[in-house]
Amino acid sequence: MSLDADQVRRVAELARLAVDDAELPVYAQELSSILNMVDQLQSANTEGVEPMAHPLNMVQRLRADAVTEKPDREAFQALAPQAEGGHYLVPRVIE
Amino acid sequence: MSYPGWEVVIGLEVHVQLKTQSKIFSGAATTYGAEANRQACAIDLGFPGVLPVLNQQAVEMAVKFGLAVDAQIAERCVFARKHYFYPDLPKGYQISQYELPIVAHGHLDISTDGGETSKRIRILRAHLEEDAGKSVHEGFEAASGIDLNRAGTPLIEVVSEPDLRSAGEAVAYLKKLHSLVRYLEICDGNMQEGSFRCDANVSVRPVGQEELGTRTETKNLYSFRFVEKAIEFEIERQIDVLESGGSVDQETRLFDPDKGETRTMRSKEEAMDYRYFPDPDLLPVVCDGAFVSSIRDVLPELPEARRTRFMASFGLPAYDADALVAERDLAAYFEALVAALGEDNAKLAANWCLGELTASLNEHNLDVAASAVTPDALAGLLKRVLDNTVSGKIAKDVFAAMWAGEDDADSVIEARGLKQITDSGAIETLVDQVIADSPAQVEQYRSGKDKVFGYFVGQVMKLSKGKANPGEVNRLLKSKL
Repeated sequence: MSLDADQVRRVAELARLAVDDAELPVYAQELSSILNMVDQLQSANTEGVEPMAHPLNMVQRLRADAVTEKPDREAFQALAPQAEGGHYLVPRVIE
Repeated sequence: MSYPGWEVVIGLEVHVQLKTQSKIFSGAATTYGAEANRQACAIDLGFPGVLPVLNQQAVEMAVKFGLAVDAQIAERCVFARKHYFYPDLPKGYQISQYELPIVAHGHLDISTDGGETSKRIRILRAHLEEDAGKSVHEGFEAASGIDLNRAGTPLIEVVSEPDLRSAGEAVAYLKKLHSLVRYLEICDGNMQEGSFRCDANVSVRPVGQEELGTRTETKNLYSFRFVEKAIEFEIERQIDVLESGGSVDQETRLFDPDKGETRTMRSKEEAMDYRYFPDPDLLPVVCDGAFVSSIRDVLPELPEARRTRFMASFGLPAYDADALVAERDLAAYFEALVAALGEDNAKLAANWCLGELTASLNEHNLDVAASAVTPDALAGLLKRVLDNTVSGKIAKDVFAAMWAGEDDADSVIEARGLKQITDSGAIETLVDQVIADSPAQVEQYRSGKDKVFGYFVGQVMKLSKGKANPGEVNRLLKSKL
Protein backbone atom coordinates (compact mmCIF):
# COMPACT_ATOMS: atom_id res chain seq x y z
CA MET A 1 0.00 0.00 0.00
CA SER A 2 1.26 3.46 -0.77
CA LEU A 3 0.23 7.01 0.05
CA ASP A 4 0.17 9.84 -2.47
CA ALA A 5 0.98 13.48 -1.79
CA ASP A 6 -2.70 14.44 -1.37
CA GLN A 7 -3.23 11.85 1.32
CA VAL A 8 -0.16 13.08 3.17
CA ARG A 9 -1.48 16.65 2.95
CA ARG A 10 -4.82 15.50 4.42
CA VAL A 11 -3.15 13.62 7.28
CA ALA A 12 -0.97 16.64 8.03
CA GLU A 13 -4.02 18.91 8.07
CA LEU A 14 -5.83 16.63 10.51
CA ALA A 15 -2.82 16.69 12.82
CA ARG A 16 -2.38 20.46 12.33
CA LEU A 17 1.16 19.96 11.00
CA ALA A 18 2.61 22.41 8.50
CA VAL A 19 4.27 20.47 5.69
CA ASP A 20 5.88 22.19 2.68
CA ASP A 21 4.66 21.00 -0.69
CA ALA A 22 8.26 20.16 -1.53
CA GLU A 23 8.42 17.76 1.40
CA LEU A 24 5.21 15.92 0.52
CA PRO A 25 6.78 13.32 -1.80
CA VAL A 26 9.44 12.52 0.79
CA TYR A 27 6.86 11.90 3.51
CA ALA A 28 4.68 9.97 1.07
CA GLN A 29 7.54 7.64 0.35
CA GLU A 30 8.62 7.19 3.98
CA LEU A 31 5.08 6.66 5.29
CA SER A 32 4.40 4.23 2.44
CA SER A 33 7.30 2.08 3.47
CA ILE A 34 5.93 1.93 7.03
CA LEU A 35 2.58 0.85 5.62
CA ASN A 36 4.31 -1.75 3.53
CA MET A 37 5.84 -3.20 6.64
CA VAL A 38 2.36 -3.35 8.18
CA ASP A 39 1.14 -5.10 5.01
CA GLN A 40 3.82 -7.68 5.57
CA LEU A 41 2.50 -8.24 9.13
CA GLN A 42 -1.01 -8.58 7.71
CA SER A 43 0.06 -11.77 5.95
CA ALA A 44 0.62 -13.52 9.29
CA ASN A 45 -2.12 -15.97 10.22
CA THR A 46 -3.95 -14.44 13.23
CA GLU A 47 -6.91 -16.75 13.34
CA GLY A 48 -8.06 -17.25 16.93
CA VAL A 49 -5.74 -14.53 18.21
CA GLU A 50 -7.49 -11.80 20.18
CA PRO A 51 -6.56 -8.29 19.03
CA MET A 52 -4.14 -6.71 21.46
CA ALA A 53 -5.11 -3.33 22.92
CA HIS A 54 -1.89 -2.88 24.88
CA PRO A 55 1.59 -4.41 24.79
CA LEU A 56 1.46 -5.15 28.52
CA ASN A 57 -0.53 -8.23 29.25
CA MET A 58 -2.15 -6.64 32.30
CA VAL A 59 -5.49 -5.28 33.44
CA GLN A 60 -6.27 -1.66 34.30
CA ARG A 61 -6.04 -0.87 38.03
CA LEU A 62 -8.84 1.34 39.29
CA ARG A 63 -8.61 4.15 41.82
CA ALA A 64 -11.12 4.95 44.54
CA ASP A 65 -13.43 7.88 43.82
CA ALA A 66 -11.86 10.49 46.09
CA VAL A 67 -10.78 14.08 45.62
CA THR A 68 -7.00 14.03 46.01
CA GLU A 69 -5.97 17.03 43.90
CA LYS A 70 -6.17 20.69 44.91
CA PRO A 71 -5.01 22.35 41.70
CA ASP A 72 -2.83 25.44 42.11
CA ARG A 73 -4.47 27.56 39.45
CA GLU A 74 -2.05 30.46 39.75
CA ALA A 75 0.94 28.17 39.23
CA PHE A 76 -0.63 26.56 36.16
CA GLN A 77 -1.72 29.88 34.69
CA ALA A 78 1.74 31.36 35.11
CA LEU A 79 2.78 28.88 32.41
CA ALA A 80 0.01 29.87 30.00
CA PRO A 81 0.63 32.49 27.29
CA GLN A 82 -2.43 34.42 28.49
CA ALA A 83 -4.92 34.13 31.33
CA GLU A 84 -7.56 36.50 32.65
CA GLY A 85 -10.11 36.29 35.44
CA GLY A 86 -9.17 32.69 36.10
CA HIS A 87 -9.70 31.72 32.45
CA TYR A 88 -7.10 30.62 29.94
CA LEU A 89 -7.32 32.94 26.95
CA VAL A 90 -7.28 31.80 23.34
CA PRO A 91 -7.99 33.62 20.07
CA ARG A 92 -11.73 34.11 19.82
CA VAL A 93 -13.56 30.93 18.81
CA ILE A 94 -17.24 31.05 17.95
CA GLU A 95 -19.17 28.36 16.15
CA MET B 1 -47.60 15.70 14.46
CA SER B 2 -48.03 13.52 11.39
CA TYR B 3 -46.52 13.83 7.95
CA PRO B 4 -48.64 12.01 5.36
CA GLY B 5 -46.55 9.93 2.99
CA TRP B 6 -43.38 10.19 5.07
CA GLU B 7 -41.82 8.06 7.75
CA VAL B 8 -39.57 9.70 10.30
CA VAL B 9 -36.49 7.89 11.67
CA ILE B 10 -34.76 9.19 14.79
CA GLY B 11 -31.85 7.97 16.87
CA LEU B 12 -30.58 9.78 19.97
CA GLU B 13 -27.13 10.10 21.49
CA VAL B 14 -27.38 11.13 25.13
CA HIS B 15 -24.50 12.32 27.27
CA VAL B 16 -25.11 11.36 30.88
CA GLN B 17 -22.78 13.00 33.38
CA LEU B 18 -21.88 10.56 36.15
CA LYS B 19 -22.30 11.71 39.74
CA THR B 20 -18.81 10.92 40.97
CA GLN B 21 -16.86 13.02 43.47
CA SER B 22 -13.72 13.12 41.36
CA LYS B 23 -12.90 13.10 37.64
CA ILE B 24 -12.79 9.97 35.53
CA PHE B 25 -8.98 9.96 35.22
CA SER B 26 -7.83 12.36 37.94
CA GLY B 27 -8.40 13.18 41.60
CA ALA B 28 -9.74 16.70 40.93
CA ALA B 29 -13.26 17.56 42.16
CA THR B 30 -16.30 17.61 39.87
CA THR B 31 -18.47 20.07 41.82
CA TYR B 32 -20.58 22.25 39.53
CA GLY B 33 -20.21 26.01 39.68
CA ALA B 34 -16.70 26.23 41.16
CA GLU B 35 -14.53 29.23 40.35
CA ALA B 36 -12.99 28.87 36.88
CA ASN B 37 -10.11 26.38 36.63
CA ARG B 38 -9.94 25.72 40.39
CA GLN B 39 -10.81 22.09 39.64
CA ALA B 40 -8.52 21.54 36.68
CA CYS B 41 -5.39 19.61 37.66
CA ALA B 42 -2.32 18.67 35.61
CA ILE B 43 -4.06 15.58 34.18
CA ASP B 44 -7.16 17.53 33.16
CA LEU B 45 -4.94 20.21 31.60
CA GLY B 46 -3.10 17.61 29.55
CA PHE B 47 0.36 18.34 30.89
CA PRO B 48 3.17 16.22 29.46
CA GLY B 49 4.12 13.15 31.42
CA VAL B 50 0.89 12.72 33.35
CA LEU B 51 -0.89 9.39 33.49
CA PRO B 52 -4.67 8.90 33.64
CA VAL B 53 -5.90 6.48 36.32
CA LEU B 54 -9.45 5.20 35.96
CA ASN B 55 -12.08 5.97 38.62
CA GLN B 56 -13.70 2.76 39.91
CA GLN B 57 -16.98 4.52 40.70
CA ALA B 58 -17.37 5.62 37.08
CA VAL B 59 -16.94 2.02 35.92
CA GLU B 60 -19.47 0.79 38.49
CA MET B 61 -22.00 3.41 37.44
CA ALA B 62 -21.64 2.46 33.78
CA VAL B 63 -22.17 -1.21 34.68
CA LYS B 64 -25.18 -0.25 36.80
CA PHE B 65 -26.69 1.49 33.80
CA GLY B 66 -25.94 -1.47 31.54
CA LEU B 67 -27.68 -3.88 33.89
CA ALA B 68 -30.70 -1.58 34.20
CA VAL B 69 -31.23 -1.55 30.42
CA ASP B 70 -30.70 -5.29 30.21
CA ALA B 71 -27.54 -4.88 28.14
CA GLN B 72 -24.38 -6.90 27.75
CA ILE B 73 -21.53 -5.80 30.00
CA ALA B 74 -18.24 -6.24 28.16
CA GLU B 75 -15.96 -8.55 30.09
CA ARG B 76 -13.10 -6.61 28.58
CA CYS B 77 -13.42 -3.04 27.31
CA VAL B 78 -10.84 -0.65 25.90
CA PHE B 79 -10.33 3.12 25.97
CA ALA B 80 -9.48 4.89 22.73
CA ARG B 81 -8.29 8.34 21.81
CA LYS B 82 -10.64 10.44 19.70
CA HIS B 83 -8.67 13.22 18.05
CA TYR B 84 -9.87 16.71 17.27
CA PHE B 85 -8.63 20.21 17.95
CA TYR B 86 -10.63 22.64 20.01
CA PRO B 87 -9.44 25.01 22.73
CA ASP B 88 -11.51 23.33 25.44
CA LEU B 89 -9.79 20.00 24.75
CA PRO B 90 -6.23 20.53 25.96
CA LYS B 91 -4.75 17.16 25.00
CA GLY B 92 -5.94 17.35 21.40
CA TYR B 93 -7.85 14.14 21.97
CA GLN B 94 -10.71 12.96 24.13
CA ILE B 95 -10.36 9.65 25.96
CA SER B 96 -13.40 7.66 24.92
CA GLN B 97 -14.29 4.13 23.86
CA TYR B 98 -14.68 2.99 20.27
CA GLU B 99 -14.58 -0.63 19.21
CA LEU B 100 -15.06 -2.18 22.65
CA PRO B 101 -17.51 -0.10 24.74
CA ILE B 102 -18.35 -1.18 28.28
CA VAL B 103 -22.11 -1.58 27.58
CA ALA B 104 -23.78 -2.88 24.40
CA HIS B 105 -27.16 -4.09 23.13
CA GLY B 106 -29.69 -3.06 25.73
CA HIS B 107 -33.17 -1.63 25.47
CA LEU B 108 -35.65 0.71 27.10
CA ASP B 109 -39.44 0.38 26.82
CA ILE B 110 -41.39 3.59 26.38
CA SER B 111 -45.10 4.16 26.98
CA THR B 112 -47.16 5.47 24.10
CA ASP B 113 -50.87 6.35 23.87
CA GLY B 114 -51.05 7.67 27.44
CA GLY B 115 -49.49 4.56 28.92
CA GLU B 116 -51.73 1.99 27.25
CA THR B 117 -49.14 0.47 24.93
CA SER B 118 -45.41 0.21 25.13
CA LYS B 119 -42.68 0.22 22.52
CA ARG B 120 -39.17 -1.20 22.81
CA ILE B 121 -36.31 1.13 21.88
CA ARG B 122 -33.00 -0.67 21.38
CA ILE B 123 -29.83 0.78 22.85
CA LEU B 124 -26.86 0.10 20.61
CA ARG B 125 -24.17 0.95 23.12
CA ALA B 126 -23.15 3.07 26.08
CA HIS B 127 -19.50 3.98 26.45
CA LEU B 128 -17.42 5.74 29.08
CA GLU B 129 -15.64 8.95 28.19
CA GLU B 130 -14.35 12.21 29.60
CA ASP B 131 -16.10 15.54 29.12
CA ALA B 132 -14.36 18.59 27.61
CA GLY B 133 -14.04 22.05 29.16
CA LYS B 134 -16.15 25.12 28.42
CA SER B 135 -15.50 28.17 26.29
CA VAL B 136 -16.74 31.56 27.44
CA HIS B 137 -17.18 34.13 24.69
CA GLU B 138 -18.48 37.11 26.60
CA GLY B 139 -16.38 39.45 28.68
CA PHE B 140 -13.08 39.08 26.84
CA GLU B 141 -11.57 41.45 24.30
CA ALA B 142 -11.17 39.59 20.96
CA ALA B 143 -10.52 36.41 22.89
CA SER B 144 -12.36 33.45 24.34
CA GLY B 145 -11.89 32.31 27.90
CA ILE B 146 -11.43 28.63 28.65
CA ASP B 147 -12.61 27.01 31.86
CA LEU B 148 -11.35 23.46 32.20
CA ASN B 149 -13.20 22.54 35.40
CA ARG B 150 -15.51 20.27 33.44
CA ALA B 151 -12.61 18.65 31.52
CA GLY B 152 -12.31 15.05 32.65
CA THR B 153 -15.78 14.79 34.20
CA PRO B 154 -17.02 11.23 33.61
CA LEU B 155 -19.79 10.66 31.07
CA ILE B 156 -21.55 7.75 29.54
CA GLU B 157 -22.73 8.33 26.00
CA VAL B 158 -25.90 6.32 25.41
CA VAL B 159 -26.55 5.64 21.73
CA SER B 160 -29.99 4.41 20.69
CA GLU B 161 -30.78 2.47 17.53
CA PRO B 162 -32.84 4.48 15.00
CA ASP B 163 -36.06 3.05 16.44
CA LEU B 164 -37.87 6.30 17.25
CA ARG B 165 -40.57 7.41 14.78
CA SER B 166 -41.66 10.84 16.03
CA ALA B 167 -40.55 13.78 18.14
CA GLY B 168 -43.05 12.58 20.77
CA GLU B 169 -41.42 9.15 20.95
CA ALA B 170 -37.98 10.77 21.16
CA VAL B 171 -39.09 12.86 24.14
CA ALA B 172 -40.76 9.83 25.80
CA TYR B 173 -37.50 7.85 25.42
CA LEU B 174 -35.45 10.74 26.74
CA LYS B 175 -37.71 11.20 29.78
CA LYS B 176 -37.56 7.49 30.51
CA LEU B 177 -33.78 7.53 30.30
CA HIS B 178 -33.64 10.65 32.47
CA SER B 179 -35.83 9.02 35.10
CA LEU B 180 -33.76 5.83 35.01
CA VAL B 181 -30.36 7.45 35.55
CA ARG B 182 -31.79 9.36 38.50
CA TYR B 183 -33.27 6.17 39.97
CA LEU B 184 -29.89 4.54 39.67
CA GLU B 185 -28.34 7.59 41.35
CA ILE B 186 -25.65 7.75 38.70
CA CYS B 187 -26.59 11.23 37.39
CA ASP B 188 -28.25 14.28 38.95
CA GLY B 189 -30.20 14.81 35.71
CA ASN B 190 -29.79 18.59 35.83
CA MET B 191 -30.26 19.61 32.21
CA GLN B 192 -29.62 23.33 32.80
CA GLU B 193 -26.20 22.50 34.18
CA GLY B 194 -25.53 20.15 31.27
CA SER B 195 -25.59 16.91 33.28
CA PHE B 196 -27.92 15.31 30.73
CA ARG B 197 -27.71 16.43 27.09
CA CYS B 198 -28.77 15.10 23.79
CA ASP B 199 -27.86 15.03 20.08
CA ALA B 200 -30.58 13.93 17.64
CA ASN B 201 -30.02 12.05 14.38
CA VAL B 202 -33.03 12.64 12.14
CA SER B 203 -33.94 11.42 8.66
CA VAL B 204 -37.14 10.94 6.67
CA ARG B 205 -38.08 8.45 3.95
CA PRO B 206 -41.19 7.87 1.83
CA VAL B 207 -43.54 5.39 3.54
CA GLY B 208 -42.69 1.90 2.33
CA GLN B 209 -39.09 2.66 1.37
CA GLU B 210 -36.63 0.20 2.89
CA GLU B 211 -33.50 2.32 2.56
CA LEU B 212 -32.91 5.03 5.19
CA GLY B 213 -32.89 8.66 4.10
CA THR B 214 -29.82 10.87 4.56
CA ARG B 215 -29.63 11.95 8.18
CA THR B 216 -28.57 15.10 9.94
CA GLU B 217 -27.24 15.34 13.46
CA THR B 218 -28.55 18.21 15.61
CA LYS B 219 -26.54 19.24 18.63
CA ASN B 220 -27.08 21.51 21.62
CA LEU B 221 -30.36 20.10 22.90
CA TYR B 222 -30.51 20.69 26.62
CA SER B 223 -34.21 20.55 27.44
CA PHE B 224 -37.04 18.18 26.55
CA ARG B 225 -38.83 21.04 24.82
CA PHE B 226 -35.80 21.89 22.67
CA VAL B 227 -35.49 18.26 21.63
CA GLU B 228 -39.10 18.23 20.52
CA LYS B 229 -38.91 21.57 18.70
CA ALA B 230 -35.58 20.82 17.02
CA ILE B 231 -36.74 17.43 15.77
CA GLU B 232 -40.03 18.79 14.46
CA PHE B 233 -38.24 21.65 12.73
CA GLU B 234 -35.76 19.23 11.18
CA ILE B 235 -38.48 16.82 9.96
CA GLU B 236 -40.37 19.64 8.26
CA ARG B 237 -37.21 21.11 6.77
CA GLN B 238 -36.12 17.76 5.30
CA ILE B 239 -39.58 17.00 3.88
CA ASP B 240 -39.68 20.49 2.30
CA VAL B 241 -36.27 19.95 0.71
CA LEU B 242 -37.23 16.52 -0.65
CA GLU B 243 -40.70 17.53 -1.86
CA SER B 244 -39.24 20.44 -3.78
CA GLY B 245 -36.90 18.03 -5.59
CA GLY B 246 -33.74 18.67 -3.57
CA SER B 247 -31.64 16.34 -1.45
CA VAL B 248 -30.78 16.41 2.24
CA ASP B 249 -27.10 16.97 3.02
CA GLN B 250 -25.47 14.80 5.62
CA GLU B 251 -24.31 17.40 8.10
CA THR B 252 -24.10 18.49 11.71
CA ARG B 253 -26.62 21.15 12.67
CA LEU B 254 -27.02 23.39 15.68
CA PHE B 255 -30.34 24.18 17.36
CA ASP B 256 -30.98 27.85 18.06
CA PRO B 257 -33.44 28.00 20.96
CA ASP B 258 -34.23 31.69 20.41
CA LYS B 259 -35.27 31.22 16.79
CA GLY B 260 -36.60 27.68 17.29
CA GLU B 261 -34.71 26.45 14.22
CA THR B 262 -31.65 24.42 13.27
CA ARG B 263 -28.80 25.64 11.11
CA THR B 264 -25.70 24.15 9.51
CA MET B 265 -22.72 23.80 11.83
CA ARG B 266 -20.47 21.46 9.83
CA SER B 267 -21.02 20.03 6.37
CA LYS B 268 -19.96 16.55 5.28
CA GLU B 269 -16.81 17.93 3.65
CA GLU B 270 -15.70 19.32 6.98
CA ALA B 271 -16.75 16.15 8.77
CA MET B 272 -14.39 15.09 11.49
CA ASP B 273 -11.96 12.26 11.00
CA TYR B 274 -11.25 11.35 14.57
CA ARG B 275 -8.44 8.84 13.93
CA TYR B 276 -9.35 6.64 16.88
CA PHE B 277 -6.75 4.30 18.30
CA PRO B 278 -6.43 2.43 21.61
CA ASP B 279 -5.05 4.74 24.32
CA PRO B 280 -1.62 3.42 25.24
CA ASP B 281 -1.89 5.13 28.65
CA LEU B 282 -4.73 2.86 29.73
CA LEU B 283 -4.86 -0.91 29.97
CA PRO B 284 -7.95 -2.93 29.05
CA VAL B 285 -10.63 -2.83 31.76
CA VAL B 286 -11.96 -6.16 32.96
CA CYS B 287 -15.45 -6.51 34.44
CA ASP B 288 -15.62 -10.11 35.55
CA GLY B 289 -18.70 -12.02 36.63
CA ALA B 290 -18.13 -11.43 40.35
CA PHE B 291 -17.75 -7.67 39.85
CA VAL B 292 -20.90 -7.48 37.73
CA SER B 293 -22.99 -9.55 40.13
CA SER B 294 -21.85 -7.47 43.11
CA ILE B 295 -23.37 -4.49 41.29
CA ARG B 296 -26.49 -6.40 40.24
CA ASP B 297 -27.06 -7.20 43.93
CA VAL B 298 -27.36 -3.56 44.92
CA LEU B 299 -29.55 -2.35 42.04
CA PRO B 300 -32.67 -0.54 43.33
CA GLU B 301 -36.16 -1.50 42.13
CA LEU B 302 -36.34 0.00 38.66
CA PRO B 303 -39.14 2.27 37.39
CA GLU B 304 -40.54 -0.39 35.06
CA ALA B 305 -40.84 -2.98 37.86
CA ARG B 306 -42.30 -0.41 40.22
CA ARG B 307 -44.87 0.68 37.64
CA THR B 308 -46.00 -2.92 37.16
CA ARG B 309 -46.23 -3.40 40.93
CA PHE B 310 -48.26 -0.20 41.43
CA MET B 311 -50.74 -1.38 38.81
CA ALA B 312 -50.94 -4.95 40.13
CA SER B 313 -50.94 -4.34 43.91
CA PHE B 314 -52.82 -1.05 44.07
CA GLY B 315 -55.00 -1.31 40.97
CA LEU B 316 -53.75 2.04 39.65
CA PRO B 317 -54.37 3.00 36.02
CA ALA B 318 -51.29 3.01 33.75
CA TYR B 319 -51.37 6.78 33.49
CA ASP B 320 -51.11 7.26 37.28
CA ALA B 321 -48.47 4.56 37.65
CA ASP B 322 -46.34 6.15 34.91
CA ALA B 323 -46.54 9.58 36.49
CA LEU B 324 -45.77 8.31 40.01
CA VAL B 325 -42.70 6.26 39.09
CA ALA B 326 -41.19 8.93 36.84
CA GLU B 327 -39.44 10.32 39.89
CA ARG B 328 -38.03 8.01 42.53
CA ASP B 329 -38.80 10.37 45.43
CA LEU B 330 -42.39 10.86 44.32
CA ALA B 331 -42.89 7.09 44.14
CA ALA B 332 -41.43 6.77 47.65
CA TYR B 333 -43.70 9.55 48.93
CA PHE B 334 -46.71 7.77 47.42
CA GLU B 335 -45.70 4.46 49.00
CA ALA B 336 -45.34 6.06 52.42
CA LEU B 337 -48.77 7.60 52.00
CA VAL B 338 -50.32 4.26 51.01
CA ALA B 339 -48.63 2.58 53.96
CA ALA B 340 -50.35 5.05 56.29
CA LEU B 341 -53.76 4.97 54.59
CA GLY B 342 -54.02 1.33 53.59
CA GLU B 343 -53.88 -0.17 50.10
CA ASP B 344 -57.62 0.26 49.57
CA ASN B 345 -57.08 4.00 49.45
CA ALA B 346 -54.20 3.92 46.97
CA LYS B 347 -56.17 5.72 44.28
CA LEU B 348 -56.97 8.59 46.67
CA ALA B 349 -53.28 8.74 47.60
CA ALA B 350 -52.28 8.78 43.91
CA ASN B 351 -54.75 11.57 43.13
CA TRP B 352 -53.31 13.74 45.89
CA CYS B 353 -49.68 13.00 44.96
CA LEU B 354 -50.32 13.91 41.32
CA GLY B 355 -52.73 16.73 42.14
CA GLU B 356 -52.25 19.05 45.10
CA LEU B 357 -48.77 17.83 46.04
CA THR B 358 -47.26 18.06 42.56
CA ALA B 359 -48.98 21.41 41.92
CA SER B 360 -47.61 22.89 45.16
CA LEU B 361 -44.12 21.53 44.48
CA ASN B 362 -44.15 23.00 40.98
CA GLU B 363 -45.47 26.31 42.20
CA HIS B 364 -42.65 26.62 44.71
CA ASN B 365 -40.10 24.95 42.45
CA LEU B 366 -39.27 22.30 45.04
CA ASP B 367 -38.22 18.66 44.86
CA VAL B 368 -40.44 16.04 46.47
CA ALA B 369 -37.87 15.51 49.20
CA ALA B 370 -38.27 19.18 50.20
CA SER B 371 -42.07 19.04 50.39
CA ALA B 372 -43.52 21.24 53.13
CA VAL B 373 -46.08 18.53 53.89
CA THR B 374 -44.71 15.12 54.80
CA PRO B 375 -46.41 11.86 53.77
CA ASP B 376 -47.48 11.35 57.41
CA ALA B 377 -49.02 14.80 57.63
CA LEU B 378 -50.87 14.32 54.34
CA ALA B 379 -52.08 10.93 55.54
CA GLY B 380 -53.50 12.68 58.63
CA LEU B 381 -55.50 14.97 56.35
CA LEU B 382 -56.71 12.24 54.01
CA LYS B 383 -57.97 10.21 56.97
CA ARG B 384 -60.28 13.11 57.73
CA VAL B 385 -61.51 12.99 54.12
CA LEU B 386 -62.10 9.24 54.42
CA ASP B 387 -64.10 9.57 57.65
CA ASN B 388 -66.12 12.48 56.20
CA THR B 389 -64.84 15.05 58.69
CA VAL B 390 -64.03 17.32 55.74
CA SER B 391 -64.98 17.24 52.06
CA GLY B 392 -62.34 16.83 49.34
CA LYS B 393 -62.78 20.48 48.48
CA ILE B 394 -62.22 21.74 52.04
CA ALA B 395 -59.27 19.35 52.32
CA LYS B 396 -57.50 21.35 49.62
CA ASP B 397 -57.78 24.48 51.79
CA VAL B 398 -56.48 22.55 54.80
CA PHE B 399 -53.59 21.30 52.65
CA ALA B 400 -52.74 24.86 51.62
CA ALA B 401 -52.72 25.91 55.28
CA MET B 402 -50.49 22.97 56.22
CA TRP B 403 -48.17 23.83 53.32
CA ALA B 404 -47.97 27.41 54.59
CA GLY B 405 -46.65 26.11 57.90
CA GLU B 406 -49.75 25.67 60.04
CA ASP B 407 -50.07 22.59 62.23
CA ASP B 408 -51.35 19.14 61.45
CA ALA B 409 -54.65 18.59 59.67
CA ASP B 410 -56.71 18.09 62.84
CA SER B 411 -55.50 21.35 64.41
CA VAL B 412 -56.20 23.31 61.22
CA ILE B 413 -59.68 21.81 60.90
CA GLU B 414 -60.39 22.55 64.57
CA ALA B 415 -58.93 26.06 64.64
CA ARG B 416 -60.72 27.16 61.49
CA GLY B 417 -63.97 25.38 62.27
CA LEU B 418 -63.87 23.46 58.99
CA LYS B 419 -65.48 20.33 60.28
CA GLN B 420 -68.09 19.07 57.87
CA ILE B 421 -71.70 19.47 58.99
CA THR B 422 -73.17 15.97 58.93
CA ASP B 423 -75.91 16.68 61.44
CA SER B 424 -79.17 16.34 59.48
CA GLY B 425 -80.97 18.83 61.68
CA ALA B 426 -78.45 21.58 61.01
CA ILE B 427 -78.44 20.88 57.29
CA GLU B 428 -82.21 20.78 57.21
CA THR B 429 -82.36 24.30 58.60
CA LEU B 430 -80.11 25.52 55.80
CA VAL B 431 -82.14 23.67 53.16
CA ASP B 432 -85.37 25.16 54.44
CA GLN B 433 -83.88 28.62 54.37
CA VAL B 434 -82.66 28.30 50.78
CA ILE B 435 -86.03 26.97 49.63
CA ALA B 436 -87.82 29.80 51.38
CA ASP B 437 -85.50 32.39 49.82
CA SER B 438 -85.85 31.10 46.25
CA PRO B 439 -89.54 30.92 45.31
CA ALA B 440 -88.84 31.54 41.60
CA GLN B 441 -86.34 28.67 41.37
CA VAL B 442 -88.67 26.38 43.29
CA GLU B 443 -91.35 27.16 40.72
CA GLN B 444 -89.00 26.37 37.84
CA TYR B 445 -87.85 23.12 39.39
CA ARG B 446 -91.36 21.94 40.09
CA SER B 447 -92.39 22.74 36.52
CA GLY B 448 -89.77 20.25 35.30
CA LYS B 449 -86.51 22.20 34.99
CA ASP B 450 -84.26 19.63 36.66
CA LYS B 451 -81.13 21.69 36.04
CA VAL B 452 -82.17 24.18 38.71
CA PHE B 453 -81.35 21.51 41.30
CA GLY B 454 -77.69 22.41 41.05
CA TYR B 455 -78.56 25.95 42.05
CA PHE B 456 -80.08 24.76 45.34
CA VAL B 457 -77.07 22.57 46.13
CA GLY B 458 -74.78 25.50 45.43
CA GLN B 459 -76.79 27.85 47.68
CA VAL B 460 -76.83 25.42 50.60
CA MET B 461 -73.09 24.75 50.29
CA LYS B 462 -72.45 28.49 50.14
CA LEU B 463 -74.56 29.09 53.20
CA SER B 464 -72.63 26.37 55.07
CA LYS B 465 -69.30 27.83 53.90
CA GLY B 466 -68.64 24.55 52.07
CA LYS B 467 -68.91 22.48 55.20
CA ALA B 468 -72.24 20.72 54.65
CA ASN B 469 -71.95 17.06 53.73
CA PRO B 470 -72.86 17.05 50.01
CA GLY B 471 -74.59 13.65 50.16
CA GLU B 472 -76.86 14.79 52.96
CA VAL B 473 -77.64 18.08 51.20
CA ASN B 474 -78.69 16.21 48.08
CA ARG B 475 -80.86 13.81 50.00
CA LEU B 476 -82.69 16.52 51.95
CA LEU B 477 -83.20 18.80 48.94
CA LYS B 478 -84.67 15.94 46.90
CA SER B 479 -87.16 15.04 49.62
CA LYS B 480 -88.20 18.65 50.30
CA LEU B 481 -88.57 19.79 46.72
